[in-house]
Amino acid sequence: MLRSAFCRDDKDFSACSIFGMMNMRGEKFDGGPVITAIANMKERSNGLGGGFAAYGIYPQYADLYCFQLMYDDEGAKEETEEFLKGSFSVEGAEVIPTRPCEGVDDPPLLWRYFLQPRENLACEVADVDDFVVRAVMHINVRIDGAFVFSSGKNMGVFKGVGFPEDIGRFFRLEEYEGYIWVAHGRFPTNTQGWWGGAHPFNILDWSVVHNGEISSYGINRRYLEMFGYICTLHTDTEVIAYAVDLLVRRHGLSVEDMARVLAAPLWTEIDRMPERERELHVALRQTYGSLLLNGPFSVIISNRGQMIGLTDRIRLRPLVAGRNGDFMYISSEEAPMHLVDDTLRETWIPQGGAPIVAELEESTRKEEEEGAKVLSLRGPDSA
Amino acid sequence: MKSYILPQYLVERDDYRCIRCEVCVRQCAFDVHWYDEEEDAVFADESKCVGCLRCATLCPTNALVVRHNPTEHPPNANWTRDVLQNIYKQAETGGVLLTGMGCDRDYPIYWDRIVLDASQVTNPSIDPLREPMELRTYLGAKPDALQVEGKGKKVSLRTRITPQLRLETPIMFSAISYGAISFNACESLARAAAEMGTYYNTGEGGLHRDLYKYGDHTICQVASGRFGVHADYLEVAAALEIKIGQGAKPGIGGHLPGEKVSAEISRTRMIPKGTDALSPAPHHDIYSIEDLAQLIYALKEATHWKKPVSVKIAAVHNSAAIASGMVRAGADIIALDGIRGGTGAAPTMIRDNVGIPIELALAAVDDRLRQEGIRNRASIVVAGGIRSSADVIKAIALGADAVYIGTAALVAMGCHVCQKCYTGKCNWGIATQDPYLSKRLNPEVGARRLVNLLTAWSHEIMEMLGGMGINAVESLRGNRLRLRGVGLSQEELDILGIKHAGA
Amino acid sequence: MKIEVDHHSGLPGVFVRVDGKVRINARQLHYRELNNMIKGAAAEGAEEIVVDNVYGQRYIGSGIRRAVNITVHGVPGNDLGAFMDGPRITVDRNAQDGVGNTMNSGVIVVHGRAGDIVAMGMRGGRIFIREGVGYRAAIHMKEYRKFRPVLVIGGETQDFLGEYMAGGLVIVLGLGKKGKASFAARHIGTGMHGGLIFMRGMVEEHQLGKEAAAVQASDEDKELIRPFVEEYAGYFGGDPREIMRSGFLKLFAKSHRPFGGLYAY
Repeated sequence: MLRSAFCRDDKDFSACSIFGMMNMRGEKFDGGPVITAIANMKERSNGLGGGFAAYGIYPQYADLYCFQLMYDDEGAKEETEEFLKGSFSVEGAEVIPTRPCEGVDDPPLLWRYFLQPRENLACEVADVDDFVVRAVMHINVRIDGAFVFSSGKNMGVFKGVGFPEDIGRFFRLEEYEGYIWVAHGRFPTNTQGWWGGAHPFNILDWSVVHNGEISSYGINRRYLEMFGYICTLHTDTEVIAYAVDLLVRRHGLSVEDMARVLAAPLWTEIDRMPERERELHVALRQTYGSLLLNGPFSVIISNRGQMIGLTDRIRLRPLVAGRNGDFMYISSEEAPMHLVDDTLRETWIPQGGAPIVAELEESTRKEEEEGAKVLSLRGPDSA
Repeated sequence: MKSYILPQYLVERDDYRCIRCEVCVRQCAFDVHWYDEEEDAVFADESKCVGCLRCATLCPTNALVVRHNPTEHPPNANWTRDVLQNIYKQAETGGVLLTGMGCDRDYPIYWDRIVLDASQVTNPSIDPLREPMELRTYLGAKPDALQVEGKGKKVSLRTRITPQLRLETPIMFSAISYGAISFNACESLARAAAEMGTYYNTGEGGLHRDLYKYGDHTICQVASGRFGVHADYLEVAAALEIKIGQGAKPGIGGHLPGEKVSAEISRTRMIPKGTDALSPAPHHDIYSIEDLAQLIYALKEATHWKKPVSVKIAAVHNSAAIASGMVRAGADIIALDGIRGGTGAAPTMIRDNVGIPIELALAAVDDRLRQEGIRNRASIVVAGGIRSSADVIKAIALGADAVYIGTAALVAMGCHVCQKCYTGKCNWGIATQDPYLSKRLNPEVGARRLVNLLTAWSHEIMEMLGGMGINAVESLRGNRLRLRGVGLSQEELDILGIKHAGA
Repeated sequence: MKIEVDHHSGLPGVFVRVDGKVRINARQLHYRELNNMIKGAAAEGAEEIVVDNVYGQRYIGSGIRRAVNITVHGVPGNDLGAFMDGPRITVDRNAQDGVGNTMNSGVIVVHGRAGDIVAMGMRGGRIFIREGVGYRAAIHMKEYRKFRPVLVIGGETQDFLGEYMAGGLVIVLGLGKKGKASFAARHIGTGMHGGLIFMRGMVEEHQLGKEAAAVQASDEDKELIRPFVEEYAGYFGGDPREIMRSGFLKLFAKSHRPFGGLYAY
């Protein structure tokens, strides 16, 4: 199913609702509010896809890559597990807990694995993360009936076909606690819903939820292919996740510069900038013009300790932001933010192309990183 | 020897309309028309008519109709009129058939078998009249990644971007040499390029001193003859182009006959007046790819690494592999010229039978460079039969950064594609060095016509981009999902990298 | 006090009449249920309808063709007052996208901010937004004979204000900015071919679309907007004389046929 259903070259079109909330002190909360918020925007989705990403939910395995997989059948599972054992030390493997839920039918087999890359293998690749990306690509492209839908550390994606609130109940999200929760309700214009095609789309710690359609998808994809990203899902969202991974992780650009690539200022604006700034912007467009996301979009991109909202440069899709104390909100519509936080007063509409960045406070971030460090002392072979 | 060649055209004069003003007599450099005082009538020697329609266009009373000679040869699918006439011509002269402009055979024009996409519902189309719409294009090598230093307001670039050509619309004027066309035609192109924020190309004939002031919008060509190539020429150019080949005559050189080498041309090409200007088929310092690299870097060094260097080749069977080599040899721009590309003079058999259509070459080259991960390292410019803004936008979606237009630019200045450029008697004042003829093209008017053409095409491109929900041309470049084929075989679709309409 | 419980909803406490005033608790209501109740009450002649706990329900005020007062407590959903013909809507918090979409007559007063495309294609009536608005406010606003729509924005505006604008009056007060501080919006009045935009504060040439022109508003011009500034102050407070003392820019269309010369014949 997984690949055969998506043999087309083209992408899916979808309109959507997106919502994200983050506690910038790193305090955790369960999935209840985010389900309420996304359910409030039900008019924006049609029951053919819903999903969530949550950060900070696996503190006991904070230094391990958590692969969450969908399988068509036991055969795919066996083949995948065989492959995983070859590349990783598997520290944990379990069924992702679910409950039967009306409106959520025919789920695939859902498993998660906590993995440590085998050092000798990972060494052959310059970067451990690249090794993990290759493993994800391998499973998604080469193993029929298997699909990795989440591959970060101390985070997880939960998604499927159904309205997001049903998907949330199905995955028992009220039992998880995270400091970032992001949600998506999907309105695909093609009829076929597919579990893997729901948002968020994830690679490593990056997750993307997206509303809109990327008119430049064809060239964005061909550009990313030059850098080894294989677009298996045929959703625009996939290219955003890869583009962010390429620009920020591999090329080391800041989030602001990444936004300047994906939603580049117009040439007329660049022409008016002071020289140094202009030089930078011209170079960004010259170098990464093929990654300009053209057409209407609003996205929430999340990462360890970070939640970023961004719209296209002429703001053809909606996005509003809100802040209340330690909480930051990003949403397609204003109302759901107030619905989950009645004391929220400060909300604003960002300028097209200008990113909203919410980050863990410095002290909190350190704690999280140190926590990860302590756990990583266990090393791959001490298990 | 009695010629068996039938007149190609018939000139029909409506005697009632004719006012004996003799405009036709004065306008025809081929001496078709003459006025007989005794009879007070104007006559025509139709065997000399080339069908340029200068007389018919300028006749104040519309008294003239120039028609293709309807006389029919015996019907035969093999031995057609053109075939027979060519044989008669060669039997009478013993010469190689010569022609001008681009291939006129009916090879498939893939542009006409490709259709564009537009947004409906899922994505708003953009109205370019009101919303921003960006055609600006930079040609040159781009880095694979950009390194940026510092934070916040203090960020600065660590990566240095190599020199780029900045185009305000992705259309440039193809290489056409001074010699092949008149000074006034060259000046029209230069002025229009400057006004439109784009570039024209000197071709291989050097650059006239009076046009140095348009240097910022000039691509100076370095071809096998190296005519007019000297330090100032390299210095004044915005970019340099090494010409390896030309779509109209891949694999062969050029020959400007001595009678065309006037005083001005001799000064510009830096050869003695009246001598033949021969362009050898190959550059005699380029017999292989590493030699190309040597010339590319020699030009970069000579111009202090301040200008992008383009390399132009004719589209041939293995263009993709050649292009890959060119990029690795340091070319910043790859210019591809397809089989329909024009020329001032070429052997007919070569023009019509050597090379491949530009659409296929473009698709293959763009694919190959992407497969090798080096597409960033050079821009692709295509030429050879770009007839409209639709052709331009389809080329861009197939993977081109920009296009060169040659024939279309000449047509804008008045050319009627009679294919007799090689005679030097162009009645439109374009492909001639005869001062009596060339003054017919006022550079002011020529430039205005060219500016109008590019303005109109640019606007149409913006409309089509907007229709696809795209507001920057870079988002269409190589975006083949926005194209579909109509009536093409699977093989053709695969090469073009597009799907059939409906799929 | 007379309380009647109505059974429009079938849910206790959702729809009540207090002294002839209808009160609806929208907390659990889908927009169709909510709008059916509002329309039902309006059809039965209610003069005052108060809706509490509104969280994103769409199209409030649509499909009603008489002058009923609707008070919204909460954040109404998209297309508030779309195609509206008569009602007067007051919102006590922020509004979302599409306020007054293709509105014909009536009044909308928002005690907060509004999202994108406020007053899109609006042909009549008045909209007052206490704070700022998002992108493309007054896009394709138009006027026809006696219909002349008015949009008053108290705060800032984002890009593409008055895009394609064909008629009507937009007033941007820029309150909260200091003195003559500049507006940040870009592409103002792009494609404009009718109507007037008054902006209190500075706008640079490059912020205007190429079809719009700007001049300093004359005293006569300012008389045109005075009643609407006074109405604004009436809703939200502030001293209209103080506001009117500042300099205003008047933006207008350079031509009623901005694209007349575009085509080749």
